[in-house]
Amino acid sequence: MKIYLTRRYLFAAAHRLHSSALSEAANRETYGKCNNPHGHGHNYFLEVTVSGPIVPETGMVCDLGALDAAVSRHVLDRFDHQNLNQLQEFAELVPTTENLTVCIQQILSRTPLPAHLEGIRIEETGNNSFEYSGAQAPRH
Amino acid sequence: MIYLTRKAEFSASHYYHNPEWTPEENQRVFGKCANLNGHGHNYTLEVTVGGEVDAVTGFVIDLALLKSILNREVLDDFDHRHLNKEVPEFSKQVPTSENLAIVIWKRLEAHLQPARLHRVRLYEQPDLFVDYYGE
Repeated sequence: MKIYLTRRYLFAAAHRLHSSALSEAANRETYGKCNNPHGHGHNYFLEVTVSGPIVPETGMVCDLGALDAAVSRHVLDRFDHQNLNQLQEFAELVPTTENLTVCIQQILSRTPLPAHLEGIRIEETGNNSFEYSGAQAPRH
Repeated sequence: MIYLTRKAEFSASHYYHNPEWTPEENQRVFGKCANLNGHGHNYTLEVTVGGEVDAVTGFVIDLALLKSILNREVLDDFDHRHLNKEVPEFSKQVPTSENLAIVIWKRLEAHLQPARLHRVRLYEQPDLFVDYYGE
């Protein structure tokens, strides 16, 4: 008996998409508005999916408060109201949401969580979302 | 294989309580949800069925039939009800969203042929949902 539980979180951050491997012109061509030197920002929605059997005594997969505390401490406290380009993780990596998704998945995979981490999904805007579950095969 | 998802909403009340625990233990584990006067949610249920497209109708399942099954097997019993007191499956198990998803799966599974039930997704609120695949 395996249940997947997904919790949704919000953080707001700034970024600028710019690759040092590309010329100024190629950066503008590749990233368009996102290459604006002054940066811009998003409200990112992060969905964290964990799984496991239901604990019979509680009826729950895990303690939601413990999951919230772990995600807050290791992800939200680190990324919320930050400029992603200024963070160590993106010193040499373009802070696209693809890279951000892999980065947060890797952080959570190293973080003790109250249930098994299946994967994460990040909505950069209402129209763009990204999913990553590490090396595992897709769930669906 | 095509997957079709039908969404439905129901509103219900519940509380979390394990009768084998002291009131203090119930409070510690379940927090605000342990209030025996109950509280409620607007649940959003997404039922996904999978199957082959029928060559004549072009359907994986007749949507009107799926809707009537959802109403008969789940919504008529759950909507505007107290889950602990009025849904028999929860007389002895805690009506968490995890357990609700499994109960809903069991109620629907046998009624969807020739399609088969693929996933039950239940939103307790917009920032929290559970998925069950029958595994």
